Amino acid sequence: MALAGQVGGNCPKGANGSPIEFDLHAPLTGHQARVEAERCYYCYDAPCTTACPTSIDIPLFIRQISTGNELGAAKTILDSNIMGAMCARVCPTEQLCEQACVRNTAEDKPVTIGLLQRHATDALFDDGRQLYGVGAPTGKTVAIVGAGPAGLACGHALARLGHAVTIFEGRAKSGGLNEYGIAAYKAAGGIAAREVDYILGVGGIEVKHDTRLGRDISLDLLRSQFDAVFLGMGLGGVNAVGIPGEGLAGVEDAVGFIAALRQGVPAPVGRRVVVIGGGMTAIDVAVQARLTGAEDVTIVYRGAESAMKASPYEREVARSRDVRIKTGLRPKAIVGEGGRVMAVEFAYADGRDETCVIPADQVFKAVGQSFLAGDGASALALDGGRIAVDAGRATSLPGVFAGGDCAAGGQDLTVAAVEDGKIAALSIDSYLRA
Amino acid sequence: MADLTTTFAGIKSPNPFWLASAPPTDKAYNVIRAYQAGWGGVVWKTLGEAGPPVVNVNGPRYGALHGADRRVIGFNNIELITDRPLELNLQEIKQVKRDWKDRALVVSLMVPCEEEAWKAILKQVEETEADGVELNFGCPHGMSERGMGSAVGQVPDYVEMVTRWCKQHSRMPVIVKLTPNISDIRAPARAAKRGGADAVSLINTINSIIGVDLDAMTIAPSTDGKGTHGGYCGPAVKPIAMNMVAEIARDAETRGIPISGIGGVTTWRDAAEFMTLGAGNVQVCTAAMVYGFRIVEEMITGLSEWMDGKGHTSTADFIGGAIPNVTDWQYLNLDYAVKARIDQDKCISCGRCHIACEDTSHQAITAMVDGKRRFEVIDEECVGCNLCASVCPVEDCITMEPITGLDPRTGREVGRSYSNWTTHPNNPNRKAAE
Ligand SMILES: Cc1cc2nc3c(=O)[nH]c(=O)nc-3n(C[C@H](O)[C@H](O)[C@H](O)COP(=O)(O)OP(=O)(O)OC[C@H]3O[C@@H](n4cnc5c(N)ncnc54)[C@H](O)[C@@H]3O)c2cc1C
Ligand SMILES: Cc1cc2nc3c(=O)[nH]c(=O)nc-3n(C[C@H](O)[C@H](O)[C@H](O)COP(=O)(O)O)c2cc1C
Ligand code: SF4
Ligand code: SF4
Ligand code: SF4
Repeated sequence: MALAGQVGGNCPKGANGSPIEFDLHAPLTGHQARVEAERCYYCYDAPCTTACPTSIDIPLFIRQISTGNELGAAKTILDSNIMGAMCARVCPTEQLCEQACVRNTAEDKPVTIGLLQRHATDALFDDGRQLYGVGAPTGKTVAIVGAGPAGLACGHALARLGHAVTIFEGRAKSGGLNEYGIAAYKAAGGIAAREVDYILGVGGIEVKHDTRLGRDISLDLLRSQFDAVFLGMGLGGVNAVGIPGEGLAGVEDAVGFIAALRQGVPAPVGRRVVVIGGGMTAIDVAVQARLTGAEDVTIVYRGAESAMKASPYEREVARSRDVRIKTGLRPKAIVGEGGRVMAVEFAYADGRDETCVIPADQVFKAVGQSFLAGDGASALALDGGRIAVDAGRATSLPGVFAGGDCAAGGQDLTVAAVEDGKIAALSIDSYLRA
Repeated sequence: MADLTTTFAGIKSPNPFWLASAPPTDKAYNVIRAYQAGWGGVVWKTLGEAGPPVVNVNGPRYGALHGADRRVIGFNNIELITDRPLELNLQEIKQVKRDWKDRALVVSLMVPCEEEAWKAILKQVEETEADGVELNFGCPHGMSERGMGSAVGQVPDYVEMVTRWCKQHSRMPVIVKLTPNISDIRAPARAAKRGGADAVSLINTINSIIGVDLDAMTIAPSTDGKGTHGGYCGPAVKPIAMNMVAEIARDAETRGIPISGIGGVTTWRDAAEFMTLGAGNVQVCTAAMVYGFRIVEEMITGLSEWMDGKGHTSTADFIGGAIPNVTDWQYLNLDYAVKARIDQDKCISCGRCHIACEDTSHQAITAMVDGKRRFEVIDEECVGCNLCASVCPVEDCITMEPITGLDPRTGREVGRSYSNWTTHPNNPNRKAAE
């Protein structure tokens, strides 16, 4: 079987102008922002704010936009969510703030909070002024593992409170999945890196890249050298589907492919691509595979469409890019020839005694990531495979806190990781001042 | 279809919608377009005495107060009377009247406060065969500095004197246009009546500063860094104008004098409101300047639809219809009580009613009921003030319902009798109950 398109040919660079760098949520013009801002009712105890994991004062920032005070609006946003710029782009707003907007009840058309948030934060970044600085030094030191949303949010809050922060990051760049995971079309214009720079611009935070917990440093070492430790390591492992044939050439994990695209590393794309999964990762990999040259892309999910973690909006994004979504099919085996994938065989979830075979020359596994406690965190109590934490994000070890995807009970969203980092910073501050 | 023809101060027009003396009626070109669009009449832009015409500033002459979505809710101008030669205007008036016999054409005039000046111009206007004259005693800027416009309108004796001259020196109906920049509108209206006016029209524009440029430290509109107050009009002035119209309609001395209602008329509904308060027709300026002449189509069809629905066959059926129900505060029934009622099916839970009542009124609307976000009226606290219904973004969601029996707030019997302030025990000047 010919495997054209499998190698060479399509190696998108992820740079500006490449097909994956379109802007999924194009910015509002000043006029559009003004018109949209005036739709906001300035609700009391606003439901949108309640629905925002970081509790941004949404009516206030929208009112500030409507009076031409974009920078004030940006400050309102960042005061609650230091990653307001990325969150404006990656939050599933249709399931969070916008879902709660009372305009939905009245006319099925929420205020486009995400786009307004982007408008305000873009204005701040274009202006360039730094709104935050370090607090009066406390003499305390905090080690943070992971420069993803959780770690950066925690570090920023701690720096503002006057603590000296050192972040240990296993990768070469900061940003976590904002830099390596989020689809390129949600982070156009290098916004992830700009945001990291802005956050670190507060001062008082040192980042040591290429330094991994469990390889270069240990938790014991951090505990002995710092007054407190925050773990924001995300999910290091990729779940296996658990069917025969996963080892065939052409079977890849979605997260790795997306990361390669974001970093401009050559990522060969097949002609007929099957994506196994039903979440945001599945959507992102499918859409990007399609955009970078795959002729035929199918997402296959085992349950009903309504059970998919990807929201209706995300599914629409995929369908509008000509990605097929098939549901009710359980992966049974990946079939190959000569060591390369040829097709995927599925069983019908409704139990009928047939199989469905979808030809494929590339298969992406997007069935979730998992926490690798082996990465230096084995001394901590776990809960459902992730680090057990209390309401203040304290772990089972005194002085060690955790948040974001690696902590149990989260939502696996950027915004939730930011909130975790924020809460943990306040707990750490109390712990250090006790 | 209802008959919209009106006869106002002896002047016939196919409908009660006239354009007020202003830029829309500045020259034949505009007036012909207006007639083509369907306007029943026009009051030609104010003419001044013969000789070199006035000059306007060459900088901006208008300014606007914008509501949501840049909707013009208030409008301000520093324009003077016509800046075209008198002869040219008169020629055009004559020709237009000849070509459009079925439409009303009234000529607005403003000359110095000298009998000869008025006599001269009246003679010239009479030769055009225009239907009548309107005396502009209202322009509040520029012309008033020269002893004309509102400088005359603010002194009832002058109003009476000039009106009398005009009646003496002309056969034409004389409409006296009043300025609202006065503490009691009845004084100039009575003066006009004493002088023999056939009608009054009101309001002209209200002294105003539309805005301040916070960078340049000047007011808008700014002419080379300096600004002067202008005249305010548009939807925002309608309530002020309607009150003045009603005052004249109710006044013992002026009752029955034809009134042309002006100020913020934008839709058929505005026109109908003015007319029920005693206006025999309406004049429009700002709405035409904002939307163009075709708005009259909506006015004509809307008014006739409404009249058909109410069984009115002519405008006389409803002109002044609301006047018997306009009274003084002291006669309002203090035994009448209402309570706010929230239609929970319409409520979108924005919470505006709650916070408005909580912060600024009577703490009579809940925000939570049994731990759930829910807005309910507490009858024991509700004074029936109408604030909540005014701020609720959903039409008819909050209504004010009359109650009969014990008012749970006051413990008083309400809804069955009539008593007012004149006999109230708390009134130091009360009359003995009859
Ligand atoms: C493909 C994909 C698409 C997504 N799309 C969205 C989306 O559209 N919207 C949304 O809200 N969320 C999305 N998410 C989820 C979101 O990215 C995460 O919830 C969020 O990034 C979690 O932040 P975090 O800080 O906990 O972890 P991460 O972002 O994973 O950051 C963890 C950081 O720790 C570092 N690290 C890990 N282990 C070690 C170690 N041992 N030593 C040192 N450093 C270490 C990592 O290199 C990384 O920089 C997506 C996730 C994926 C995978
Ligand atoms: C730009 C402008 C110029 C005006 N010029 C005159 C005028 O020359 N003579 C006059 O009697 N009124 C003049 N007016 C007042 C209008 O005729 C009218 O009384 C007033 O605008 C209120 O009506 P509105 O709310 O429909 O605009 C002018 C108003 C505007 C906006
Ligand atoms: S719920 Fe909607 S209307 Fe209300 S404050 Fe939030 S964005 Fe504005
Ligand atoms: S409205 Fe016409 S005349 Fe006035 S500024 Fe605009 S373009 Fe010029
Ligand atoms: S203002 Fe109206 S819509 Fe809003 S909560 Fe009150 S009743 Fe409901």
